[in-house]
Amino acid sequence: MKSATLMLTLAIAAGWTAQGASAQTLKTVKDRGVLSCGVTQGLPGFSAPDDRGNWAGLDVDLCRGIAAAIFNDATKVKYVPLSAKDRFTALQSGEIDVLSRNTTWTLSRDTSLGVNFAGINYYDGQGFMVRKALKVNSALELNSASVCLQTGTTNEQNLADFFKGNNMKYEVVAFSTADEVVKAYESGRCDAFTADISQLYAERLKLTTPADHEVLPQVISKEPLGPLVRHGDDQWLDVVRWTLFAQVNAEELGITQKNVDDQAKSDKPELKRIFGTDGSLGEQLGLTKDWFHRIIKATGNYGESFDRHVGPGSKLGIARGLNQLWNKGGIMFAPPIR
Amino acid sequence: MTGEARRPPLMLRAKLRRALGGQAGWSGFALQVVLVVALAWIGHEIIDNARDNLATQKIASGFGFLWSTAGFGVSQTLIPYSESDTYLRVLLVGLTNTLAVSIVGIIFATIIGFMVGLGRLSSNWLLSRIAGAYVELIRNLPLLFQILFWYLAVLAALPQPRQSINLFDSVFLSNRGFGMPKPIGTEALAPFAIAIGIALLLVVALRAISQRVLFATGRQIVIWPMVLAALIGLPVLTVFIFGKPWTLDYPVLRGFNFSGGMRMVPEFAALAIALSTYSAAFIAEIVRAGVQSVHKGQPEAGASLGLSRGDVLRLIVVPQAMRVILPPLTNQYLNLTKNSSLAVAIGYPDLVSVFAGTTLSQTGQAIEIVAITMAIYLAISLITSALMSVYGWRMSRSMGT
Repeated sequence: MKSATLMLTLAIAAGWTAQGASAQTLKTVKDRGVLSCGVTQGLPGFSAPDDRGNWAGLDVDLCRGIAAAIFNDATKVKYVPLSAKDRFTALQSGEIDVLSRNTTWTLSRDTSLGVNFAGINYYDGQGFMVRKALKVNSALELNSASVCLQTGTTNEQNLADFFKGNNMKYEVVAFSTADEVVKAYESGRCDAFTADISQLYAERLKLTTPADHEVLPQVISKEPLGPLVRHGDDQWLDVVRWTLFAQVNAEELGITQKNVDDQAKSDKPELKRIFGTDGSLGEQLGLTKDWFHRIIKATGNYGESFDRHVGPGSKLGIARGLNQLWNKGGIMFAPPIR
Repeated sequence: MTGEARRPPLMLRAKLRRALGGQAGWSGFALQVVLVVALAWIGHEIIDNARDNLATQKIASGFGFLWSTAGFGVSQTLIPYSESDTYLRVLLVGLTNTLAVSIVGIIFATIIGFMVGLGRLSSNWLLSRIAGAYVELIRNLPLLFQILFWYLAVLAALPQPRQSINLFDSVFLSNRGFGMPKPIGTEALAPFAIAIGIALLLVVALRAISQRVLFATGRQIVIWPMVLAALIGLPVLTVFIFGKPWTLDYPVLRGFNFSGGMRMVPEFAALAIALSTYSAAFIAEIVRAGVQSVHKGQPEAGASLGLSRGDVLRLIVVPQAMRVILPPLTNQYLNLTKNSSLAVAIGYPDLVSVFAGTTLSQTGQAIEIVAITMAIYLAISLITSALMSVYGWRMSRSMGT
């Protein structure tokens, strides 16, 4: 009921107040003094409260980066936890300024929801998790299985496509929050749990004995995940997009949270442009000259963020894979800052 | 029974006359016109404004999405459905699922509620205390908690399909739900169904005859052996003539799950159990209040006429109590139907879950979908209360008031 009421309020709010919220988001955020960032209801590695109760993760680092670029203070973020099915309405209605919540970029979302994707901060694909005891080695052996998933995701349609395409039967059991899916899967209500592979690894940590479960090797879809903003505010789209690009470019240039202060003093023309000692790239974004410096100082570069939250340095321990930089065998690529 | 006779609830002419001013005359009528115009204007402004905003935000609008392909699966459907069907079909699937769980819930809530309510009034100390404890326990716990309790604590504790509890190789209980044989009609089904129809007509006729005889002569005819003979005898006769009216398709464990047969998913069971036991606690209190509202002189008068206790209850107390019971009972039915939307917490594919949930997040058309959902719930509620008023009116008429 709570979520139904929320949907209704948001739907009405979307109708009434949309115009005020659609343009000049940057100014609104500056005036408000805090960035409102939509995140998950708790997905380790991407956005979840850490041991001290602070939100942390790859998606959260983007919120922190934007806040740092605007306020020079990465803590000036109000995190709004959203379920998969409420997230777009929250963005449309102006409740949040940016949605940084492992959301797949698709054509229909880009065109019909009144939103714009700002980039891709994680290349993922959909997979399946099963109990090891089932002795299933491939997703193709899942004929007639019950599959649990979270509703309101691209996973729902991919699953239907996959089973139909392989002429297999299945039963889908859909829940509105990820925690409900985990509970149902753990209780044995379903044979398999489907989600983006990164999410499966993260949710596996919530199970009583994670070692009893395995993620099957098949990847049944492309899931480019990234942040998004409301349609019709190009300046704000640029701010979000270039915060992400700043993090990726910093890794490529070898600029880290530690060495960023030294690098800022460099005489190299490229670095002078990036750090704002030459030119006015930051002001063109509606930010300050030292925007890049602020972001990296607060969150580190993309690689650091990845290692800290999802990579080998984290509990998830996911390999870089596709998310490695383009010049190191992956496809993570950011346009140049110039 | 004194006082004015109750008007039939759907008497349109009287309603219309009252609506057009009533006692206030033309000034009242004028005032109503002003109100209607004002409301229409506000409604128009809201719709217009929302449409403009959606257009500037480039959010798709309109009802065309109902005809595009849904592309996602649903675990339980009462009408045929596949992923290649449209969102309109999803709407119907959700609606039928909501209606199914509401109707089952209402039937069981009524039965349990009446039993507990009458039990609480019973002179048997133990029975009345048990009924009292049931009411106090159930109505003081949140409904969502009870739904989750049935789903996660009771039904999820059932074994996996491969170790399912097996009754006579035909009923299987597992944490995937209850598998039962599914009857598939044969050519003999039609005569069988006709025989049942004829038997029912016979029963109605017998009742009418016995009542007429009772009123004319005061003599009571025992009709139940004839009723039983008609209800069982006629259909059985067709089986001898035409053969079995149906064959059974048994559920068989194949791969991960049972295939064939009928299956009730645990989400449905948990929701139906929780909704009916929860509402039953409230209905029990309503029944108790209704029965206690009947003056004690009434059953005493019945007893002094020599009626049995059952007849006193059936013929004197319950009909009078129903006048007090019906309005709040209708509220409970409406609550139960609306509460079925808590299904979303346990993944039962009801209207809110598949339409106002999945469809909404896939199409993003919040305004249209919320409007359709509201309209449907409103219609279900209005139809329920209309049926209940018709029932109440018929009942008070049959009592001769």
